[in-house]
Amino acid sequence: MFTSQRRLRLALAVAAALVVTACGGAGGGAAAPSGGPVELTYWGWDPNMDKVVEKWNAANPDVHVTLTNPAGGDQLVSKLITAHQAGNGPDIAKVEYQSLPSLVAGGVVADITEHTAEAVGQFDDATLAPVRFEGKVYGIPQDVAPLMLFYRQDLFQQHGLTVPTTWDEYARTAAELAQKAPGVSITNFDAADPGWFAGLAQQAGADWWSSTGTTWHVDINGAETKKVAAYWEDLVAKGLVAKNPSFSPQWNKEMNDGTLATWISGAWAPAQLGGIAPSTKGKWAVAPLPAWTAGDQQTGIWGGSATTVTTDSKHPAEAARFASWLNTDPDAVSEQVKQINIYPASTAGRSLPVLADAPPFFPNQPEFYGIVKQVAPGARSFSMWGPNVTVTFSSYTNSFGAALQQGSPFAGALDTMQSATLADITKLGFTVG
Amino acid sequence: MAVAPARGVPAGAPRRRGSALPYVLVAPAVLLFLGFVVAPAGYALVLSVQSRKVSGGLLGTGTTMVFSGLANYQAVLGDVELWRSALRMLLVAAIAIPGTVGLALLFALMLDVPRTRLARFSRLAIFVPYAVPGVIATLMWGFLYLPATSPIGGDSIDFFSPVGVFGSVANIAVWGAAGFNMIVIFTALRALPPEIYEAARLDGCSELQMALRIKVPLVRPAVVMCSLFSALAALQLFNEPNTLRPLSNAISSTWVPLMKIYNDAFVDADLPRAAATSVVFTVIALGVSFVAARLIQRRVAG
Repeated sequence: MFTSQRRLRLALAVAAALVVTACGGAGGGAAAPSGGPVELTYWGWDPNMDKVVEKWNAANPDVHVTLTNPAGGDQLVSKLITAHQAGNGPDIAKVEYQSLPSLVAGGVVADITEHTAEAVGQFDDATLAPVRFEGKVYGIPQDVAPLMLFYRQDLFQQHGLTVPTTWDEYARTAAELAQKAPGVSITNFDAADPGWFAGLAQQAGADWWSSTGTTWHVDINGAETKKVAAYWEDLVAKGLVAKNPSFSPQWNKEMNDGTLATWISGAWAPAQLGGIAPSTKGKWAVAPLPAWTAGDQQTGIWGGSATTVTTDSKHPAEAARFASWLNTDPDAVSEQVKQINIYPASTAGRSLPVLADAPPFFPNQPEFYGIVKQVAPGARSFSMWGPNVTVTFSSYTNSFGAALQQGSPFAGALDTMQSATLADITKLGFTVG
Repeated sequence: MAVAPARGVPAGAPRRRGSALPYVLVAPAVLLFLGFVVAPAGYALVLSVQSRKVSGGLLGTGTTMVFSGLANYQAVLGDVELWRSALRMLLVAAIAIPGTVGLALLFALMLDVPRTRLARFSRLAIFVPYAVPGVIATLMWGFLYLPATSPIGGDSIDFFSPVGVFGSVANIAVWGAAGFNMIVIFTALRALPPEIYEAARLDGCSELQMALRIKVPLVRPAVVMCSLFSALAALQLFNEPNTLRPLSNAISSTWVPLMKIYNDAFVDADLPRAAATSVVFTVIALGVSFVAARLIQRRVAG
């Protein structure tokens, strides 16, 4: 009886493994037979991360990590939620800071406080804020991505433009550029990905979400964000800013052929630019984000991620050990700087010798990481990301897309985002004040 | 197998012996229907009367599904965006259905003219787009529309303008479906008895007259069937707008009803609401198809 049951179970396991393999994803948390190494699955989308994982596997024969890349960014969040509902999530997942609260609320990401007491000491409080809620740690920060101004050095030189340090100067530069080089826009207003706009709102001092005790406050259409929206609405209305979405074939071409002269982006941009605009190597440079008042050092954040352990994992201790190693071990962090061009989250990681070299796409700016290091302390996020960011983000895409298309006011788009977010957070049963 | 002998049927009659056979024969179909249509539909119904509620602490780490009655349906029916998305679907359908069927009929009639050269090649060429997967076709058309890559004047014509986008989406649907519908109508044309044509020619009927007065009325059932299938395809509009979406601001994530359902389920992570929207949409779609099929049947028969 026992044997036949075991045989049945084995057959089921094999069938399940086949199904999982056929679906192209790896199921998580398969219990390792006693004696063999612990098997962990890791979902992430960083290019070349396999080389970093190889280092771990070579050094840790008892814990074997398998990396897969099922999707990037927001799509991975959807996949994580779906996989969790089906009970076959990975052990470890890369999660962007803004998605972490919703994944914690959804019960997808596990509390790893007890396994990370040592690792946590290697990060400053500001860096830990987006992964530590109510005193519990839900992930190890991988990188920080202050919002910065990437500009085409060659175009700025050619047209005799100076790099703007305030938003007033940026608007003037936009007008000057349009006059000197018709057809070239200073940048595009991206209605597809809200990351950059949220970063600009952070810089302006907005707090889309905040909390007192267990009560949430939602303030997406407050005065600070409306100021940012009005500024861009004016540039769009004057025709100084292009309206097409970023990360589209159209945008790639315009980034590549010099139709767009600047890109407001996170410090991770160098790794992306190679794919977006391959023929512009050595033509871009980075500068601090323009300020609302001259001399203000505050900037926002676009992206940045944590390495998290899921509640589906049967080996949370080992998974947390990998997450800690990935983001604090000098070797692992150096390799990520080299391979993925991250700006490290750990305090010691920011002084690694590897940061003396510029990213390969920026050979013209050897001081690249020096500028990031100087800007990073001024990077400010919201008090906390809300538990329903995806709703807010999809509302941004739809309402700002429509505003650009129909020429309707940006302030109205913000009001739509506010009401959609409030309605959802209330419906889910959160206390809202 | 124990079957009580039915009254009035002589014992040993062949009818009784085979009485279980029909059930055995329909069992696979019924089981598949139960497993893959009824069960998921039932699950969707169950989901649609629930809601996800969080409790405990700021982030509500305790998540439970609670019975919420018809609250989801109330929200769905009161959601302006769903009706707007249905309206956009109807606009695309209003262009795509006549476009598909009209072109299919035109091509079929042209290929049926005896003097047509290269008929076999043309037939294949018109049919080929049907074999191209929808997503690939949409990407290809997307690149044709985008100013940066367009060889067909995308830099002077805005294919993604608030009005133009309906034509752009419908065009992709027509391009993909016209060939298949043409084959259906063409086959119907070929099935007509040749004597009719002979008689018409003897009476001095021109090819154009023959097409309009003889062929079109005779293939009407095929045309009607093509229209019905095109209408059903329009209800399922998803691939084209969803693939075009990242290319421009013109298409929102809730552009047509199926995109709205997808968005509810996988972007807003609200499965119960998506289930309720699916149920509402399915009921409306079934109702419309049923009425359309009945009306058409009556007209074709009459």
